[in-house]
Amino acid sequence: MCLGIPGEVIEIMPEQPDLAKVDVSGVKRAINIGLLTDDPPGPGDWVLIHVGFALSKIDEEEARAAMEFLEGIGQAYEDELEALLSSKIDEKG
Amino acid sequence: MRFVDEYRDAEKARALSAKIAGLCEPGRQYKFMEVCGGHTHTIYKHGLEDYLPESVTLVHGPGCPVCVIPMGRVDDAIALAEQPDVIMTSFGDMMRVPGGRGSFFDSKAAGTDIRMVYSPLDALKVARQNPDKHVVFMAIGFETTAPSTAMTVLRAEAEGIENFSIFCNHVTIIPAIKAILDSPDLRLDGFIGPGHVSTVIGCRPYEFIASEHGKPLVTAGFEPLDILQSVYMLLVQLAEGRSEVENQYGRVVPWDGNQVALKAVGEVMELRPYFEWRGLGFISHSALRMREKFASFDAERHFDLPGVRVADPKACQCGEVLKGVLKPWECKVFGTACTPETPIGTCMVSSEGACAAYYNFGRFSRERVRQASRPEPVTIETGARRE
Amino acid sequence: MTEQRQANWAEEAVREHAEDVHDHELAQYPSGVEHPSREQQVLDRIEKARARKPKVKEERITLAHGAGGKATQSLVEAIFLDSFRNPLLEPLEDAAIVTANGTSLAFTTDSYVVSPLFFPGGDIGDLAVNGTVNDLAVSGAKPMHLSAGFILEEGFPVADLRRIVASMAAAAAAAGVTIVTGDTKVVQRGKADGCYINTAGVGVREPGCELGVATARPGDAVLVSGPVGEHGMTIMLARGELDIEAELESDTASMHELVAGLMKADVGVRAMRDATRGGVATILNEVAQAAGVAVVVNEDDVPVRAEVRGACELLGIDPLYVACEGRLVTIVDGAHTEEALAALRSHPLGAEAAVIGRIADDPPGLVLLNTGFGGTRIVDLLVGDPLPRIC
Ligand code: SF4
Repeated sequence: MCLGIPGEVIEIMPEQPDLAKVDVSGVKRAINIGLLTDDPPGPGDWVLIHVGFALSKIDEEEARAAMEFLEGIGQAYEDELEALLSSKIDEKG
Repeated sequence: MRFVDEYRDAEKARALSAKIAGLCEPGRQYKFMEVCGGHTHTIYKHGLEDYLPESVTLVHGPGCPVCVIPMGRVDDAIALAEQPDVIMTSFGDMMRVPGGRGSFFDSKAAGTDIRMVYSPLDALKVARQNPDKHVVFMAIGFETTAPSTAMTVLRAEAEGIENFSIFCNHVTIIPAIKAILDSPDLRLDGFIGPGHVSTVIGCRPYEFIASEHGKPLVTAGFEPLDILQSVYMLLVQLAEGRSEVENQYGRVVPWDGNQVALKAVGEVMELRPYFEWRGLGFISHSALRMREKFASFDAERHFDLPGVRVADPKACQCGEVLKGVLKPWECKVFGTACTPETPIGTCMVSSEGACAAYYNFGRFSRERVRQASRPEPVTIETGARRE
Repeated sequence: MTEQRQANWAEEAVREHAEDVHDHELAQYPSGVEHPSREQQVLDRIEKARARKPKVKEERITLAHGAGGKATQSLVEAIFLDSFRNPLLEPLEDAAIVTANGTSLAFTTDSYVVSPLFFPGGDIGDLAVNGTVNDLAVSGAKPMHLSAGFILEEGFPVADLRRIVASMAAAAAAAGVTIVTGDTKVVQRGKADGCYINTAGVGVREPGCELGVATARPGDAVLVSGPVGEHGMTIMLARGELDIEAELESDTASMHELVAGLMKADVGVRAMRDATRGGVATILNEVAQAAGVAVVVNEDDVPVRAEVRGACELLGIDPLYVACEGRLVTIVDGAHTEEALAALRSHPLGAEAAVIGRIADDPPGLVLLNTGFGGTRIVDLLVGDPLPRIC
């Protein structure tokens, strides 16, 4: 229900510390980071952008763990496929 | 794009899909509701249903802030725009939503000044640039968007801007989920929780769904793999006989939400005793209004609004679609009287509504297409091969 | 209790479609005949409803009527075509094909109201020449002569007009056309947005040239000549309201050479279109409907620049609907796909050309997209302009 897009913080605006310049695939916009005062992002951090505000800082650790899970499933699947294929070949032979 | 492309990977999807199929008990039907319209959009936009076994059905819930705005509120907003020296601002999503007497676009064509903005802060900028006009921002959205409106009001107050007010239509998701859970004809096996709302409210508010209603809920991200993974996580819970709140979207959603955002909302807004949801009727404590302290920023107090309720046409079967009793195409007026140009019911209003998503993206028979659309890849005859 | 009333437009829509109401039971089919599934029956009924004569329901013109989508289609068919109807107009192609003294001519007109007038990569003058040249070129004609009509607002800076006219002269020279007639009107301040331009053009066609979207047939390939959506996104950002910065430039260019090269390669070109308003998606829908075929597109094969994609993701817009001003969509005989691609790529404007899909027979009239994620969906016409979304 709410479009949120990840973007990378390029810089914090020197004159307006509640604004950060954020890059989304080569496109840049000033984003308000006033909702992240508990854990302010800095250059290189990724944030989730919604209607011109950063809603949360993206947790790289969590992202890595989730990806590992998905890759694990992918690997297991490929192994199974391979096993299946070789067993078929065996049957034929 | 980082955090986007890797969650749209077809190979991982195939692997997850196989896992999902393996978890389904033969002969059992599973129905999961994705509460959030953003998920509905993702599901259709990426053709995610192609990866789900027949026995898993996704029911598209009420979480689209544009769709749930009752037609009477749109009429009120247009009445606001018709006041002398008013500039109305809102998100692009609102422009085509029809009220009882037409949409913002129609009103604009009749001479009002209605502008699209990307952020409530941009509406405030319009107010700064037009000191002799009064600028109203039609605020819509769930808890995800309310903090941005609140921050904008706080900014306006700090700057002493007086020609700016909010027409507040923010709604809250939990009461809507409760209303759905309480309806007798509902049969759901679990929920896919709204990821971006949860960045603000966290995952705790969903706990009653697991503990009191015995349904698992997995908070999910908005890329297609996120949703597929959350279906997988729901099935694992069911297989293990658990019903818990889990967070698939840990990279973005902190378990406790965003306290700064909640505080800003609490400072500026308070719960309304009740609010009408298009398609669901009146739900108590399900929306926000401006606090007394910010009365000067409240368009509802500034101006006299007609406040006339517009009844949904009788032919509309949105209630049943929202609860998953009917599939969108099973509604009697689907695609004929009710289309995205003339949305009779709420689910057709924005492309996040179940009916509009099906109409815009899914209006074909998967069976037929399976045969027609993916045969051998295009045979490209190159000179070398032709000899 | 609050007052309550009905939405008249909605009740009317229900009444109007009363006979279309679908019941929850299957229609009666003689036994032995395989009957379509319930879902299929509903889909058939919807197609029937969509095929009805379009109507303009609005009381006033809205911006959507100029966006190139469904609203524009209804306006053109219900109001213009209905009154002007004749066999030359009826195909509603980019240009009309007329014959004079045995010579086949392409004849077209277009108006330009872009705002801002100057934008990265060009200005309204470039557009006014290139757009009309392109409409002639994709109709299989060699562009020859253009007219230029100006509607200027009182107070418009002469220096700006000079700049625009200089762009037009340069674009015309580059396209090998001459601007041979024109008109100027000035309207009161506030009655126009600085400067509007209308151009019309004629070009000569080779004898025997048969092109048209209706000729697409199963097995054909669908190609685009380069990345899509740059012009539309550049304009959206250049308006400044969104406060988004990107290194984007309009793709405005005249494609007469690109097209000539493709035609010369003799690769079985069935149809060419200039993907302007409504983007590539709108063109493909026109192909599907005119030829009664399915257009199957592979999402991953559609070239989109990173910046266009970033802006689209941020604004919730699908690049398939964003306008281009120098991009060709072409349908060619599937047997010549590679040669067609090579012909496009041999011209600098087509360096990033790609095969994006193919024509199939089922389901007729629809554009199907194989998504990068591996699913399938349809790509419909939009009602109006793609609007930035927050949800
Ligand atoms: S087709 Fe229209 S009326 Fe019927 S359920 Fe969908 S939105 Fe509601």
